[in-house]
Amino acid sequence: MNDMRSPLQSFAIYLGAFLILVWSGGPFIWQFSTSFQLDKALTSGSPSLIPHPFTLEHYYNAFVEKELHRYVWNSLVVSLATTFFCLVVGSLAAFALSRLNVRGRFGILMVILSVSMFPQIALVGPLYLVATNLGLLDTYTALIITYLALGLPLVTWVLFGYFETLPREIDEAARMDGVSVPGLLWHIILPMSLPSLVTTGLLAFISAWNEFLFALAFTSNIDHQTIPVGIANFTNLYYVPWGDIAAASAVVTVPLIVLVLFFQRHIIEGLTQGGIKE
Amino acid sequence: MTAAATVTGAGRPRRLGRALPGALWALLLLAPAFVSLASVSFYPIVNGLYLSLTNTSLITQEQDFTGFANYAQLWGDAQFWNAWWHTMWFTFASTLLETVIGLGMALILFETFKGRGLVRAAMLVPWAMPTVVTSKMFGWLFNGQNGIVNYILLHAGLIDQNINWYGSADTAMTTIIIADVWKTTPFMALLLLTGLQTIPNSLIEAARMDGAKGWITFWYIRLPLLMPTLLIAGLFRALDAFRVFDLVYVLTGGGPADSTETLSTLSYKVLFSTLQFGYGSAVSTAMFITEGIIALVFVLVLVRQIRRAQ
Repeated sequence: MNDMRSPLQSFAIYLGAFLILVWSGGPFIWQFSTSFQLDKALTSGSPSLIPHPFTLEHYYNAFVEKELHRYVWNSLVVSLATTFFCLVVGSLAAFALSRLNVRGRFGILMVILSVSMFPQIALVGPLYLVATNLGLLDTYTALIITYLALGLPLVTWVLFGYFETLPREIDEAARMDGVSVPGLLWHIILPMSLPSLVTTGLLAFISAWNEFLFALAFTSNIDHQTIPVGIANFTNLYYVPWGDIAAASAVVTVPLIVLVLFFQRHIIEGLTQGGIKE
Repeated sequence: MTAAATVTGAGRPRRLGRALPGALWALLLLAPAFVSLASVSFYPIVNGLYLSLTNTSLITQEQDFTGFANYAQLWGDAQFWNAWWHTMWFTFASTLLETVIGLGMALILFETFKGRGLVRAAMLVPWAMPTVVTSKMFGWLFNGQNGIVNYILLHAGLIDQNINWYGSADTAMTTIIIADVWKTTPFMALLLLTGLQTIPNSLIEAARMDGAKGWITFWYIRLPLLMPTLLIAGLFRALDAFRVFDLVYVLTGGGPADSTETLSTLSYKVLFSTLQFGYGSAVSTAMFITEGIIALVFVLVLVRQIRRAQ
């Protein structure tokens, strides 16, 4: 259809594409640039995209004064554990729904999906009381248990969608060979689903890495607070340290962006499967 | 739905049934997910419902059943209705803008052009960024004194003096809507793009053969066929927007002068600042009910759309 385009149409398409690019990348590029500029330059009234003079002062402040690495560590522990448990529990459930004769499987899937739509603020109060009673405030455990349940719906849906695309002849063949039910999952289905497991794992990781509300309610000090809580509390006594915030933003966002760009095709497919399935 | 699923289930030959009772395995494998969702999602909803009928407070240590007293108080609570309207407005405005702009982006991405992969990849950046970071980033972009947005608008001659975006009650909500639209629209576009790609090309080719112009094919072929996707994406977006918390809490904390207070931030404050868990649960239950109504409206429209299409 390309040849049918008039020059004007081509121009409009390229202009639109350029605007989308600026929209998506522009703000973060400015934030990234800000992280290398001196406070003096930032408040000079004539902003420049190229840092001049170039400084690492904000990164120094973020790590040495604000101890950003401790939040990063907490977030890594919580997010990796969440990802692991989400994949284990989610693949068991998705496998059962896809491969075993479960009555009302679509009903179950719809219930799981609707759970993910519950307003989280309605969960946080009662869960806070439970965590208090069990002595789980200010622990990784409370966050991991919560994030597991928050991540499960999407993980189950996406894995279910992927399992459904695997040919059922495999099951039959495995059954002929006397493979047990867990054997079928462990030795046959899971190895074949590696690409989907990587994508869903990444989605679970990102959602745990970015979660704010529960981390804010359940943790009260740097020993267990995650990055979003840390950055939200990033203020100095008399002014807002925009440069330090920009540096911290870059540290926690750049790795995510690299991961996402690396797996972008899988992510879009995975999310479309989970988000809109007709 | 359950009935239909049972029929399909019974119609299939039993797989793996011989080695071990399949139903037992299914129960066993579903149990962890069930326990997780039951304890972290269903229990709190039910418990919240109960708490909303009590005067539970962590300060006074009371926990007496008070019936609908909290709801009666809620009905007359100006702060609640203030937050309710803000949340509805935020949900409406951001969902509408995200759907319309997202559709525009999707239509551009549907065309083939050089660098399309790069644009698609870049669109995942706002989505992947933690919302708290987005919030802080917009705090800097829209800063009243040194923000780049004010600088650009001022130098483009669009404004005469710096706007105190999120520091003034008139513009704070707009700033939050802009931040949300920035973060979510590209992702919406990617969802709509996959919807566009499922529309058979032959239909559009046929219309072109008949001499239909671009606008006509869009309005009479693509848009109606895309409608279910648009509605489902819109529903998910609206339900998500309705829960907005991170953006508001970090950027304005509900201020200035409660002009950006939403139901989530109000609930959070009642729960964790005043420690009134009874009244706070009433606020969040009222929110849950409103969200249910929103979902119902979307589903009704969707069902009507599908009926009309058949």
